[in-house]
Parts: sequence; structure tokens; C-alpha cells
Amino acid sequence: MNMVKLIIDGKTAEVPENTTLLKAAKTVGIDIPTLCYFELKDMNIENRPGGCRVCVVEVKGRRNLAPACNTMVAEGMEVYTHNIRVLNARRTVLELILSDHPAECLTCAKSGSCELQSMAQQLGVREIPYQGEQSKYRKDTSPAIIRDVDKCIMCRRCEMMCNDVQTVGALSAVNRGFMAVVAPAFEMNLEKSPCTYCGQCVSVCPTGALTEVDHSRNVINALADPTKTVVVQTAPAVRAALGEEFGLAPGTLVTGKMVAALRRLGFDYVFDTDFAADLTIMEEGTELLDRLTRYLKGDKDVKLPILTSCCPGWVNFFEHNFPEMRDIPSTAKSPQQMFGPIAKEYFGKKLGIDRKNMIVVSIMPCLAKKYECQRDEFKVDGDPDVNYSLSTRELAHLIKASNIDFNSLPADDFDNPLGESTGASVIFGTTGGVIEAACRTAYELYTKKKLEKVDFKELRGLENVRHATIDFDGLPINIGIAHGLGNARKLLEDIRDGKSHFHAIEIMACPGGCIGGGGQPYHHGDSEIIKLRASALYREDAGKPIRKSHENPFIQELYREFLGKPCGELSHHLLHTHYFDKSAGVFVEE
Amino acid sequence: MAKQIRIALRNCGVIDPERIEDYIARDGYMALATVLTELTPEAVIEILKKSGLRGRGGGGFPAGLKWEITRKVQADQKYVVCNADEGDPGAFMDRSILEGDPHSVLEAMTINGYCTGASKGLIYIRAEYPLAVERLKTAMAQSREMGLLGENILGTGFNFDIDIRYGAGAFVCGEETALIHSMEGLRGEPTVKPPFPSVEGYLKKPTNVNNVETFANVPVILNKGWEWFASIGTERSKGTKVFALAGKINNVGLVEVPMGTTLREVIFEIGGGIQHGREFKAAQTGGPSGGCLTKKHLDTPIDYDNLIAAGSMMGSGGLIVMDEDDCMVAIAKFYLEFTVEESCGKCSPCRIGNKRLHEILGKITQGNGTMEDIDKLRNLGTVIKDTSLCGLGQSSPNPVLSTLDNFYDEYMEHVKDKKCRSKVCKSLMQYLIIADKCIGCTLCARNCPVNAISGERKQAHFIDQEKCIKCGACMEKCKFNAIIIN
Ligand SMILES: Cc1cc2nc3c(=O)[nH]c(=O)nc-3n(C[C@H](O)[C@H](O)[C@H](O)COP(=O)(O)O)c2cc1C
Ligand code: SF4
Ligand code: SF4
Ligand code: SF4
Ligand code: SF4
Ligand code: SF4
Ligand code: SF4
Ligand code: FES
Repeated sequence: MNMVKLIIDGKTAEVPENTTLLKAAKTVGIDIPTLCYFELKDMNIENRPGGCRVCVVEVKGRRNLAPACNTMVAEGMEVYTHNIRVLNARRTVLELILSDHPAECLTCAKSGSCELQSMAQQLGVREIPYQGEQSKYRKDTSPAIIRDVDKCIMCRRCEMMCNDVQTVGALSAVNRGFMAVVAPAFEMNLEKSPCTYCGQCVSVCPTGALTEVDHSRNVINALADPTKTVVVQTAPAVRAALGEEFGLAPGTLVTGKMVAALRRLGFDYVFDTDFAADLTIMEEGTELLDRLTRYLKGDKDVKLPILTSCCPGWVNFFEHNFPEMRDIPSTAKSPQQMFGPIAKEYFGKKLGIDRKNMIVVSIMPCLAKKYECQRDEFKVDGDPDVNYSLSTRELAHLIKASNIDFNSLPADDFDNPLGESTGASVIFGTTGGVIEAACRTAYELYTKKKLEKVDFKELRGLENVRHATIDFDGLPINIGIAHGLGNARKLLEDIRDGKSHFHAIEIMACPGGCIGGGGQPYHHGDSEIIKLRASALYREDAGKPIRKSHENPFIQELYREFLGKPCGELSHHLLHTHYFDKSAGVFVEE
Repeated sequence: MAKQIRIALRNCGVIDPERIEDYIARDGYMALATVLTELTPEAVIEILKKSGLRGRGGGGFPAGLKWEITRKVQADQKYVVCNADEGDPGAFMDRSILEGDPHSVLEAMTINGYCTGASKGLIYIRAEYPLAVERLKTAMAQSREMGLLGENILGTGFNFDIDIRYGAGAFVCGEETALIHSMEGLRGEPTVKPPFPSVEGYLKKPTNVNNVETFANVPVILNKGWEWFASIGTERSKGTKVFALAGKINNVGLVEVPMGTTLREVIFEIGGGIQHGREFKAAQTGGPSGGCLTKKHLDTPIDYDNLIAAGSMMGSGGLIVMDEDDCMVAIAKFYLEFTVEESCGKCSPCRIGNKRLHEILGKITQGNGTMEDIDKLRNLGTVIKDTSLCGLGQSSPNPVLSTLDNFYDEYMEHVKDKKCRSKVCKSLMQYLIIADKCIGCTLCARNCPVNAISGERKQAHFIDQEKCIKCGACMEKCKFNAIIIN
């Protein structure tokens, strides 16, 4: 690699060619502010439209200022990142952006994590001299996401996420000039677009233009209602990220504190979605083995690979884009939706609580779950199996608003029976985890032998598409893993074209899996945070006494007492679902 | 007496553009034949480089160098694009060439394909140019017929063909990267350069983009030699430039003059001077984002570098002449209106900054401007130029900055005295009735649409300035010249 020497603010930097000035400056301790630029390192995700222009620097010999995020180093370059010309330009550009932005920080959902707000802080903006007309748009509320694009700064990160990474194409720049904004085609409502509610646009939006629909008010009301028994379930990825909202280092596991906080908030039962994840493995794993054995026996009606179905963002994606293949994914519901009926129909009935008087709340790293729990097929006489789904961020706000000093909380334990879980279910929160958990169980059920080495390291990692072959005692099982919907699309197209050699594929809509979910604390483009969350989950798994779903004693009890057997009749009724063709609703540009 | 020299327009109006024989009779396709049979691509590029031909689409980039860069990039497929988007209001030189001499562009594009290693040419043309499109199609059919386009051109084994693409109708789609995205079916907005199209363009392949007029110069240069071409023009700007004269000038229309001709020669000798013998005030060159030149620039030789030094630019060659009736603040506002309308909205300084510039100019023309606004105009203008992503934003403040420089006193009058000397800014005008002249006929009062005029019969009348909407009806009606504009 050719090295290039240049001078930045008088300091000599030596970096490989094709490095941006932005990155070169970092090597000599200079942090040039950016707004539109966004990168998730090692995950192939980059947004570099060069649109905001706050990163401009002076390059000696160049007529105008250069965007540091988009200008490559050259030998002998002389760069100034904070002389008067640059400082004035940067400030003026920011003042311009602010002049077309509603000053609503006091009530904005993004306040405190807003990159525009902190940029104004950093540059010390105290007034906005360039007042004038502001661009106004219609506010758009969908089942999971609110678009308040008066606050959009046209950074295009959401567009990049939705189009390039997720290949959903629900968002793109529309209109021209002052009224240009990112929106669904024809500025229709997001709900009418092919949006999957994966929430990745929300997770990268630097401002409050894209936020989740906040259901915490409903939860507070339910908690205050003495006639209601309020049950909460928490997804695996939440415990690996919630601490960040309270200043703890990324990757800190806060399972115990989280349980304690939920109890203080007044939930009657604090349960674990992990329990339902173990249940998912029982159902999905059984389905996999069933299809596999029939397939090996030459049954022509059986299709392989089987695809996981625990991610509702992914479910939305194939319902919109590959409806003709909707018989391939497992019919098992997501853990959130398995938990609902078990809570209401099994646990509730056991305690003699009518389902109308039970409120099930889920804490999720996910925005697609907000939509999922509103689906009609997950309701009984209009009563949803899961009433409200809150994001990790909403839970953090709820805790703060309830005067709970999170960091000083002593660790607490989940309630039983729906709070007991295995290590297998914990890793559901990261890409590769579901299939690893499934392998642990499927191996033993198929081979009838004890699995000694439970860690399938070959299934772990962050590469976009991974594949591994697992030895089921002489039978090689080909496993594919994709995270991010663009990667999923590739695997799906291979299946459609008959080029897939996989037996089973795990798909998670969000890059990194649920640890990188749309409802998680904002990572602001730091992929290390996502990696630390993953390793926290693997740590929790390694520390668990039971690490295979089928060994969860309460799962065993559930089947004995209530469900009968995996994929049995009651399971089918309560724990499995069917998929719809939603392609008609998809807008296709001519 | 300044002369016009017709190089780019050499055949326009002379030949029948629908007859390839006419073109051939005037040495048409001779350059292509020579190039394909006698010259290496390097040799052709060398001739072009020595000729000093620079891009006529606005940027003035040396054409030979661009061809060379495109040639040197390794790729399995390359493209030649002719930029015929011509979005500058008032400009129509490219249209004239395509309508009057389509073969010159086809020939040049084919030569470019030979030099750069491209086998495919695309003409990106405004959909509003149906006649030019028709002529191009006819010309392409004829040259294919004669083996001058398509497979195995002139039996040399060289293949090159051309397709037409229609513009999306936005001014910014004339910017080469936006043009390419538009052809790719993407949103017509620019992307950061580098990479330049010559390296990574249409479908990510090396793409040589040149303007219509640039191409039209190429066959003549090859026929007559680079020495001939380089002998015309100034040190760093060779050949001629076509200008579209418009505004308060007697002879409006296209002229083609050697680079280095002065503004005075163009306006007063070729253009026949100012209409109605009025006084010249300013000339806007370079289209909507060019700058306004004044009397002091009349004797500056027009070329790429001098225009930039004077705070304007060559642009595509628009030249709009203004006289004393034009208010320079209003002119600046007019042009800003265009850029606000045409900004693609991708980068913040252009998207929001131009809007603010326009608002501030509006405030000033309405008599509400302050000295602080003048400072804001200057700072905003400078920053927008300095930070915008593409050429549109990088030049859009020119009308403001150049009028601030050259007509500062007019801004001062608007801001401090609340006056518009050209009587263009209506808000600053006052209709007044001179009591001495008014005989109280009441005609004005009866014609005022908002009943702003009061007064007894046979007594001097009075206009309520609060109510007056400055329609001018009273002044028109008054038979005694008793009403004046202040
Ligand atoms: C806003 C904007 C509009 C432009 N419009 C045109 C146009 O209509 N025609 C054109 O030839 N070049 C136009 N250009 C210049 C092109 O980007 C490009 O430089 C040119 O086509 C290159 O050809 P040339 O080197 O032969 O001039 C425009 C540039 C900008 C920034
Ligand atoms: S988006 Fe940011 S800057 Fe805008 S109102 Fe919300 S917190 Fe404030
Ligand atoms: S939620 Fe996902 S699919 Fe929907 S708009 Fe955002 S990125 Fe696109
Ligand atoms: S909605 Fe958010 S992420 Fe999308 S362009 Fe606007 S500010 Fe950027
Ligand atoms: S990967 Fe996880 S967080 Fe993302 S949509 Fe799927 S379930 Fe939700
Ligand atoms: S300068 Fe204007 S036209 Fe050019 S990219 Fe920026 S917003 Fe678009
Ligand atoms: S200018 Fe028009 S509005 Fe004003 S006083 Fe005369 S007639 Fe009335
Ligand atoms: S961060 Fe460089 S232009 Fe936005």
C-alpha cells in the first residue's frame, strides 16, 4: 500500500493513499465535525453524500473549501481545519441548517442524543442570524415509526440504510431545492410503502426526523390500572445495551438491574423473552428436523432450506418482496409473539386471570415488533397477545422518568416460570445466535447423542453473509447466515434461482442482529459498540448453567402440562403463524 | 471593426442540415476519415491539446486533456456523452448547432470514441428541443447508411454508435455528474468530484462528457490544423465563443467572436449598441449564476480567465445587457430566484443559503433592508460559493456578490434612503399628486382600485400611501401630469 504524507494544521500525517482527509486528520488527533457522513466499520456500511458541508477544510491551492469526508489525501497536501475561513464557513453552514429547523429541542424525542443539537453545542451557536421561511411537511405516523421531516437535514443516511443496506427502497430524496426531503415515493405514508419497520433508518438518523412511535404512556396507564395484571418480557439484546443509556460502558450486561428496575416500575411479573426464545427453538428446531428427515427420505413436497422466522422485519421483507416463497420460512412465531399467548392462555389461566385483564408488555431492541404485535392474526377478539412493545430507548426513558437510580440498583432475578432461560436463548440477540441455538438442540434431537462442544464458533462473526457446515454425526448440515436485508436478498435470490445448497438459513433484518436493532441506544456509527454488545451476550451464554433450549426445565414443564409436544396441535394453534402476500401494496417505480 | 468568425456555427444557415451531402461538400467527415485512416488516437489528442480548445459548456476544461484522461483509464467499456441539456434561460447556441449542423457533432463524437476507446455515444438533450432531435435522428440515419456511424466505419473495423437520451428538464441536470445519474435513472443530482466522469461516469465506466459547441469545433481543428486554431484568441483561451445576446441591446441573437474580443466590441459594434440610445449599465455573462460586469469592464478582452477575475464567468455564453432602467438589486434577486428554483437540494449551503440570499434581497427591495443585511449577503454569498457541492451553488451568489461590488451605491440607496433609482422596486416607489398641478378633476380617485385617493372636487387630491398598491392607474389617467413617482 502506498503511503502519502501530508500536513494537517501543521502536523505531519502519513496515511495510505485513498484515505479521506477526515480519517487522515484523526490519525493526528484532529476531529473534524461531520453531520451527513456515517460509517459502520467492518460492516460495509458507509454514507458519504457530501451534502451537509460542515466538514469543510481548506486545502492549499484549491479554489473552494473541500469536504473532508469526501476528499482524498495527496502527497504534500497542506490542509487547514480550523483557520478563520474554515471556522466561519462551518459555522455559517450550521447556522443555515438551523435556520431551516424547528427549535423544538425541549420536546423532541431525540433531544440528548441528537447529533445536530450536539453540533450546535460544539460550535457554540448562540443565535441563528439567518432567519427565514422554514420548510414544512406533513407529519407521518406509521405503526412503528414517526416521520417528522421538518427536522430532516437531508443527510441521506436513512436513504442509504433503506436502499443500499436493506434494499427495501422505501425512502428516497423527493422534491427539489428548499423543499427537498427524504420520504417514501410520492410522499405517501410510510405505512403504504414497502417499509419493513426494521428501524435502521431511525437508528442512523442524526436528528429527530425519524423516531419510534412511543408507547410508554400506554404502559404507564396500564401499570396504574388496579384491574390489570401487567406482565413484561425482555428480549435478549436489551440487557446488553440498556446500560449505555445510563452511562455504562458498551457491552456491560445489566440483566439483574434491568429486572430490578422493571419491578420498581410496577410490573406484576417480570419475565424473559429468552424463555420464549427457548420455546422458539423447540418449535423451529422440530420443524427443521421434520423437514430435513422427510427431505432426506426423498419427499418431494418438502422444501429446503428452512428459513428462520423470528425477526418480524425480515417477515415483512419477504411478504413484500418474495411472497411467492413464503412457504419456505419456518411457521414458528417470533419469541415475542410466542410469549404473548403463553402468558395469556397458559400462565394467566393458571392464575385465573382473564386475558382481557392481562396486559403483556415487551421490551425490545426492535421497532418491527411494534408493528408485529398490532397484526390482526396475533389478536384474539381484538385483544392483542402482546399489548405494547417498548424499545430499549423507551424503557430507559421510563426508568429515568420514574426517579430510579439505575446504576445503584441491586441485581434481581426474573420471575418464574416464564423467566427461566438457557444460554441458547440469550444469543438470539446477535447474528448467528438463533441458528447456533437451533443447532445445539437439533443436534441432540437428531443424533440422540449428547453435544459436548456447545460453542459453534464457526457461526459467529459479523461478515455480511456467512456459511458453515455442521457435522450432525456424519450428516453435514449446510448453514447460511445473513444479517441486513440486502444480504438476505442475495440468499433469497439464490434459493429462487435454485442455486442454494443450504439446509437452514438464519436471517436477521438488522446489521449485527438485534444487538444492532432499530430500538437500541444510538451507536452513532460506532461498530465497536455493536461488537461489544455481541460479546456480552456470548459471555452471558457461557456463564449459564443450562445452554441448550430443550434442557430448560420450565420449557419441559410447559410441554408436559400444557402444549403436549413441539409442533403438536396446540403449538400449531398458539405458536405458529402464516404469511401474507403483501407485494400488491408495494409501489414500483416505472 | 470587430469581426465575427464562424467556426462552431460555420455551417449553420449555410447547409441543409437534413442533407448529409451538403455537410460532406463542406469538408464534412473529412476529419473522421483522416483520423481513422492516418492518425493514432494519441496523435489526434496531441493536436487537440496543442489547439488549446477548452470546454464550451462552462468549465473551460482543456478538451484534449479530458480526452487523454478518458483514454488512459483502463476499462472494458467507455462512453462518449454529448451534453446538449442547455438549461441556461436565453441560451440557444447548442440548439442552433444541433438544428443547423448536426453532423459536426456526430463526427466529433465518433472521433472522440476512436481516441478514448469508446464504442458508444449518448446525446443528452433537452426534451424541449424536438426539431434538434429530429435533425439528429435524420443525420444519424444518413451517416449509418453511408457507413460513417455504426459497425466497421469507413471499412476501418472501427465500431461506434450513438443514442439519444432525453433530459429530465432540470437546469442542474446539465451538470455532468447529475446528467449521468439522470441517464442512469437515478435522481438528477450531482455527486462529489473526483471521481470525474472521465474516470468513473455512466454506469461507473469512463465517460467523456463534452458540450455541443466543444464538439462542433473539433472537425475543423483537425481539418485546418491546430496552428490555425491556436492563432485565434488569447493566450489561454483559443478559438471563438458563441454568445447569445439578449436584453436591452439592438441586435439580439447569436454571435460568434474570437476569444479576446472586448465587451465594448460585442455590445456596441456587433450588437449595435443599447436600445433606444440609452446608456449601458451592466452586462450579465455566464447565465443565471454569472456576474454583472460594468462600464469599467467594457474594454476587458473576454476570455475564461478575465471573466472569472472580473467576478463572472463564461458559462455557456449568455450575455444579457442592461441599461439605466434596470435595478441591479432587483436583477440580483431575479437571478437568485432562478437558482433557488433550480437547486437540487442536496447540499445545505445551496439548498438553504440561496433561499436566504433571496429572502434578504426581497427584504431590501421592499425597503426593509438594514446594513446588517448587506453584511449577511456578503458572508452568505462567500460561504455558499466556498462550500457548495457543485458548480451551481459554487456560482449562484455571483449575481449578488458582483452587484454588491460594482453597484454598492444602489444597494445603499435601497437600504438607507429607501429609494430605487430605476423605479423598479415598487415597494420603494411613492405615487404623489403635485398639488399645484392638480385641478381636482377626480378622475384619478375614480380609477383607483383601492380608493387610496381622496379630495374635494376642484381641490388638490391626495394619495394615502398606506392604502396605495402602486398600480399606476392614477398616473395613467391624469391628463394634467399632476401625478409623479418619487
Ligand atoms: C449547474 C450546471 C449546469 C450545467 N449545464 C450545462 C449545460 O447545459 N450544457 C453543458 O454543456 N454543460 C453544462 N454544465 C457543465 C458540465 O458540467 C460539464 O462541465 C460540461 O458539459 C463539460 O463539457 P465541456 O468540457 O465540453 O464544456 C453545467 C454545469 C453546472 C454546474
Ligand atoms: S432534532 Fe435535534 S436539534 Fe432538532 S429539535 Fe430535536 S433535538 Fe433539537
Ligand atoms: S424502517 Fe427499515 S425498511 Fe422502513 S424505511 Fe426505515 S430502513 Fe427502510
Ligand atoms: S430523515 Fe434523518 S436520516 Fe433521513 S435524511 Fe433526514 S435527517 Fe438524515
Ligand atoms: S433483527 Fe432483531 S431488532 Fe432487527 S428487526 Fe429483526 S427482530 Fe427486530
Ligand atoms: S450546489 Fe446546489 S445544485 Fe449543486 S449539489 Fe448542492 S444543492 Fe444541488
Ligand atoms: S397608484 Fe394605483 S393604488 Fe396608488 S393611488 Fe394611484 S391608482 Fe390608487
Ligand atoms: S460530513 Fe462531509 S459533507 Fe457532510
